This record gives sequence, structure tokens and C-alpha cells, in this order.
Amino acid sequence: MRLTCTINGEPREVDGLWEGESLLYVLRERLALPGSKNACEQGECGSCSVYLDGVLVCSCLVAAGQAEGREVVTVEGLAPSEDELHPVQTAFVEAGAVQCGFCTPGLIVATHDLLARVPNPTDAEIREALAGNLCRCTGYEKILDAVRLAAAS
Amino acid sequence: MEFLQPPTWREALEARAAHPDALPIWGGTDVMVELNFARKRPPALLDLTRVSELSRWDVEDGGVRIGAGVSYTRVIDELGDRLPGLAMASRTVGSPQIRNRGTIGGNLGSSSPAGDALPPLFATGAFVDVASARGERRVPVEEFVVGPKRNALADDELIAGVWLPLRAGSAQQFAKVGTRNAMVIAVCSFALDVSDGRVGTCIGSAGPTPIRAREAEAFAEGLDSWSEDAGREFGDLVAMAASPIDDVRGTAAYRRHALSVLARRTLKWALCG
Repeated sequence: MRLTCTINGEPREVDGLWEGESLLYVLRERLALPGSKNACEQGECGSCSVYLDGVLVCSCLVAAGQAEGREVVTVEGLAPSEDELHPVQTAFVEAGAVQCGFCTPGLIVATHDLLARVPNPTDAEIREALAGNLCRCTGYEKILDAVRLAAAS
Repeated sequence: MEFLQPPTWREALEARAAHPDALPIWGGTDVMVELNFARKRPPALLDLTRVSELSRWDVEDGGVRIGAGVSYTRVIDELGDRLPGLAMASRTVGSPQIRNRGTIGGNLGSSSPAGDALPPLFATGAFVDVASARGERRVPVEEFVVGPKRNALADDELIAGVWLPLRAGSAQQFAKVGTRNAMVIAVCSFALDVSDGRVGTCIGSAGPTPIRAREAEAFAEGLDSWSEDAGREFGDLVAMAASPIDDVRGTAAYRRHALSVLARRTLKWALCG
């Protein structure tokens, strides 16, 4: 099967897909975009979060063919250039919200989505927005700090 | 495996008739888990995301008809005023990512006893619109879900949508027990729909299918006002109607007790505002 879609603003075409594979598999294994992490493969952990036509989704739960003709934005597509971080990424670094780093890409995309919808979220709104992203290192406090910092910056 | 992506509803029904073994997919929040863990290898996936009418909802025939492809997020954002019970239940589903993709139609298709959207549909007396190339039929949701993960769909049928009646002055509630506030499969849940002269209830995740507590409904229909005694009696009747089992999420005894509490609380909220 062939997939044609836009990824991080660029038209991409991939051949030889298995019809049952996920968008996450396409990103990581076929397009060399390993920013989206593969952990639970069942939508529980949020580490594969991407935008599909502007909507925050778990890419492990999107069948590759469902992305046909759609626009996908991954964590690799958020920063303005190779040399710069997105303000959400900067806030995570500055707040010490990154430890092992595995959950970070998903949290960055989920935070990016939250702040696009709610520029000044309450703590309750932050918790609800990030409820689908699991972190096993930080205890979340510094992640909350990072979101508050990103909202303020 | 084949990947079928019909652009229109008519072509979707034709594809379904030609591929009765195809697995329909919209949000993928159940289907892709089965594929990722190699629990299912259907001969074909039938992607319904291109059928635009499935993503619509309309006010019609004194109710709201929701297309099978309307996500939980859209129910919360767009239908919270008209269908508060279904919106409350939708808010307890998974996480933002799951609510953005998962659909009411998918919850019906999976027909899990723990499907969060199902109790409000039962409590309000919803109908499921199913269709095939042969024609369409409207099935009461209680007749649609026939067992754990089993429903009344024929091999050539697809879920088109669900219709919920709108009743004047309806007070709807939904409550769910789980180990945290998100990303949780219900240990048990309870939906309530109180309107003039009618009380609808439904127990979730404590039986092979969602279950209406008929005796509790009749009892509540005879109430003039809220009292603690009436609330306890209502809770007991709901607990008796449940058919729970012991499993990893909780014991049968816990589920019965929790349901009596959820029923009492939701009745108070509905009657006292």
C-alpha cells in the first residue's frame, strides 16, 4: 500500500506499507522521524502524540491509510528551525521537566495543543489536558511548572 | 489485508456487503489496539473517516441524531447543552487524544459492557440507526447490545448513527468509579435521566451488557421530592439490578455497593439541581 500525505509541511510518499500498520510505525520506521515515541501501542501513554489535520491524536491508534491526504505534524515539526527550540520546548528544559526524556515529545505536543486552545490554562485545565501523557520520572510537578512557564512566555 | 476507504456512505455499504469480514474503523481507539497487539488480523479494514455524513449531528424528530463518526470531544463541545448526560460520560473517556478520535459509533460497535457512552444512551432510550445496501433500520439501543462485545449488527450492516430523544426539563447525570480521573476503564458507572413522569437509568460495567434498573425507575417515578430515605431505597434497587462479577478492576460486592452510592448521589443531583 502507498501513503501520500504532508508531514511537517512537506509532501511525503511511502510505498510498501502493511495495511494494518499504524501512523506511528510509518513515522518511526519508514520516515526516520523517531521523535514520536513507541511505548504502549494502546493509547494509554501519549508518548506518540502528533497532530492529524490539527487534532491531537495518538499516532499508534491511527491506521496509516487514514492519514492519506492529511496533514501530520510531529514534535520534529514544532521548532522554527534546526537551531532553535519552540518556546514550549525551551520551557521544559528551563523548568527541569525532562529526565529520561521518553515522555517529553508527547508532552511537548500535548502542551503545544493546550496552549493553542487555552493560552492561560488553570492548573486543573493543565492536568486534564495532560492526563493522557504518562511520565514515570518526574512526578509531574516540574512538567506543570514547564506548562505554566510556557504559558507565561 | 486490504484497506478499504470508501468516499461515500453508499460505497461504504457496498464495500461492507462485498467484505463482510472487514473490520470497520473510525477513531481506531479500540481497533488499532487489537491490530498492534496482533489479537486480530481481519482480511480488510473498512475506514469510514472519509464518509462525511457520519461526522454530522442534527436536531430531528424531537431528538438529536448523532452520526457514528462524531467524536467524544465534539459531543462535549457541541452537544453538552442538549445532551448533558452523554456529554458527562464522554468527558470521562480516556484522555484528550482518545476523546479526539474515539466515536459514539465506535463505542456502539465495540459493545463493551464498560463502554462509557452506552449507559446514557440506555437511560435516555436511544435508538441505533443501522444500514446496509438492503436498507435501513432503527433499533432500540437495549436490543442492539446483546452481550459482552456482541451486538445485533448483521454481517452486511454498518452503524450509521444514534438518535436520542430530547425531553423538556430533562435532568441528566452520569457518574463513574475508577482508579483515577482519566485513562480509566469504568469499575462501574451509572446514568440517570429524569424528566416529567419518566425516569431512565442504566448501570454500566456491572453485567454482560449495560443494564436498566427497571424497579428503581418505577420507584423514582413515584417520588414527589428528594429525601435521604428515598435516595437509599433507590440506591438499593439499582444495586439489586446489577449483575456484576469479580475481576481485576473490582469485586462484585464492591461494584454493588458503589452503584448504590452513585445512584443515590445522582438522584439527589437530578432532583435537587
